[in-house]
Amino acid sequence: MLQIKNLHASVDDKSILRGINLEVKAGEVHAIMGPNGSGKSTLASVIAGKEDYEVTQGEILLEGQDIDELAAEERAHKGVFLSFQYPVEIPGVSVTNFIKTAINENRKAKGLKEMPANEMLKLIREKADLLEIDRKFLSRSLNEGFSGGEKKRNEIFQLAMLEPKLAILDETDSGLDIDALRIVANGVNKLKNKDNAVIVITHYQRLLDYIVPDFVHVLHNGRIVKSGTKALAHELEAKGYDWIKDEVNA
Amino acid sequence: MELKEKLISSFLAFENHVDLDAYIHDVRSEAIKIFEDKGFPSKKEEAWKYTSLNSILKHNYCVFPKKENTIEYNDVKKYFIHDIDSYKIVFIDGIYSSHLSQTTHEGMDICLMSAALTKPKYRLVIENYFNKAATKDGITSLNTAFSNEGAYIHIPKNKLVEKPIQILHFSTGNEAAMMLQPRNLIIVEENSHVQIIERHKSLTNNPVLTNSVTEVFAKKRAIIDYYKVQNDNENASLIDNTFFNQRQESHCSTHTFSFGGKLTRNNLNFYQHGERIDSTLKGITIIGDKQHVDHNTLVHHIEPNCESHQDYKGIFGEHSTGVFNGKVIVEKEAQKTNAFQANNNVLISDKATINTKPQLEIFADDVKCSHGCTIGQLDDNALFYLRSRGIPEKEANALLMYAFSNNVLNSVKIPELKKRINTLIANKLGVNVGFNL
Repeated sequence: MLQIKNLHASVDDKSILRGINLEVKAGEVHAIMGPNGSGKSTLASVIAGKEDYEVTQGEILLEGQDIDELAAEERAHKGVFLSFQYPVEIPGVSVTNFIKTAINENRKAKGLKEMPANEMLKLIREKADLLEIDRKFLSRSLNEGFSGGEKKRNEIFQLAMLEPKLAILDETDSGLDIDALRIVANGVNKLKNKDNAVIVITHYQRLLDYIVPDFVHVLHNGRIVKSGTKALAHELEAKGYDWIKDEVNA
Repeated sequence: MELKEKLISSFLAFENHVDLDAYIHDVRSEAIKIFEDKGFPSKKEEAWKYTSLNSILKHNYCVFPKKENTIEYNDVKKYFIHDIDSYKIVFIDGIYSSHLSQTTHEGMDICLMSAALTKPKYRLVIENYFNKAATKDGITSLNTAFSNEGAYIHIPKNKLVEKPIQILHFSTGNEAAMMLQPRNLIIVEENSHVQIIERHKSLTNNPVLTNSVTEVFAKKRAIIDYYKVQNDNENASLIDNTFFNQRQESHCSTHTFSFGGKLTRNNLNFYQHGERIDSTLKGITIIGDKQHVDHNTLVHHIEPNCESHQDYKGIFGEHSTGVFNGKVIVEKEAQKTNAFQANNNVLISDKATINTKPQLEIFADDVKCSHGCTIGQLDDNALFYLRSRGIPEKEANALLMYAFSNNVLNSVKIPELKKRINTLIANKLGVNVGFNL
């Protein structure tokens, strides 16, 4: 599904990613952990196509195709989805109208007609129920005045609506209480199947109790310095990140 | 001959051949003297600092409509809000078009200014209201001197006018250049409610200059919602002078949608003569090319316990220029005034300009007055957020601009009009997305 080869990326000439190698196959869940400033969010943004970042070396292949030249929306059309760490507030656009526009623009890109209104409504209700989202919530302005938990739930609602091939969850657990965490994780798990893949970016092991990864990678100074199974996440939780830094520096 | 001289010399000929009451003759003669004295405003005047009329005054305008021109309804249908029942007062090159109009005298007067100025039964009303709200500046006086035709609307007490009233001015382009000076008088008596939509549209690219004056009188507890749709051709310019005279507990609102035309100047004035009055002034401006739109507003708080809300959004592309000059005066007696003013602008081109100037003159000490103006660009993070969901750049930009102007659009109370404005905005932004925000 996703192959990242020797990826280097920088912002304003400051190098942040320094040779990332990662392969994610369909049906897999990968967790990327690491201390603050290690480049986790940058990696997520680079995959999603944020223009502030410049790829200076290496490549990102999605189902074998190099996506470096593709705009963010084209990557979305190919099935990349980023759940934002800080979802942007957009006053004046309701959650419903936003997701309708997104769905129909994705369909347009695939040469499909707009989704009929009743079908759309049914889908919205079904996915809102999955994430235990109140109907009233859907007519509110996108992310405006949402609590941290509501914002993240709304991100996963969009994920559920768009059904991407590759979902990247950037710190989706931050700002969530334990109930919201369970709802969000449950939503992700229900959407998970053998044809799609998930990359979970997190600082803490907590979320990984609910969304169980097949592989755990540790990012440090723009490189993946250690990979392992779920056990690695527990080890990090118990021992912190310092021992990894020491190992790298040794 | 310069336009000013041409107008003054035309005035005599004009006065000679119209049969008018002595009262109107006097008002006009006085007005032409004021115009002779003051002339057209220049950039030296503070209120016109950012708007020069030079480029639009240079044409050799025909200042009187010569003959009646006709238009087929189907050719202009799209400029009407045609999917709802409404009263229509329609003018073609300044002359009333009876076949496009739908007026009434049943229980209220929705008819013509020319009738009101000449028929004896309107005499008292004209003497009491005509030219009583308008200011005596040069450009308004010019209109007064030539006032002859326009809409005359008089709604009696306790009347809910169920159908909106559309005032439409078409210019055919049969003259190489045309100057129009419509004059509207609107009187809404106690407890009555009316909705008005006004639009000026030229049907060719020949230069048109419209200098319009509208006087509105809102009596006790009257409600008036006034919508101005300004989406004219590249050589059509409009100077709109509108005066609201409000009495106790009346609620008046204006929405001005400025999407086109060469030069548009809106002189919008509200005078609050009574307590617990509410005045709302909202607008969306979306222009590009070398277009120029100037909103010059005044809210005069004269008595206590009144409110005013101003909310103007502007999106400026290419070489366009915008001006917002919002003046709020709170008199010493006008305690407990609540005056709010916001002007937010987005520049989507390096060459576009906006001049925004709030002007508050507050003489009372127990008031709440707030104002804020912003000038910025669209938020890159928001743009990336939308694009990451598969919404292409152009559509994402458009969606953000919609969102930006949404709270002005939201208070439009006629759904069909709102839909129409939505479409105009989508066309303006060059996108084909059915936003229904």
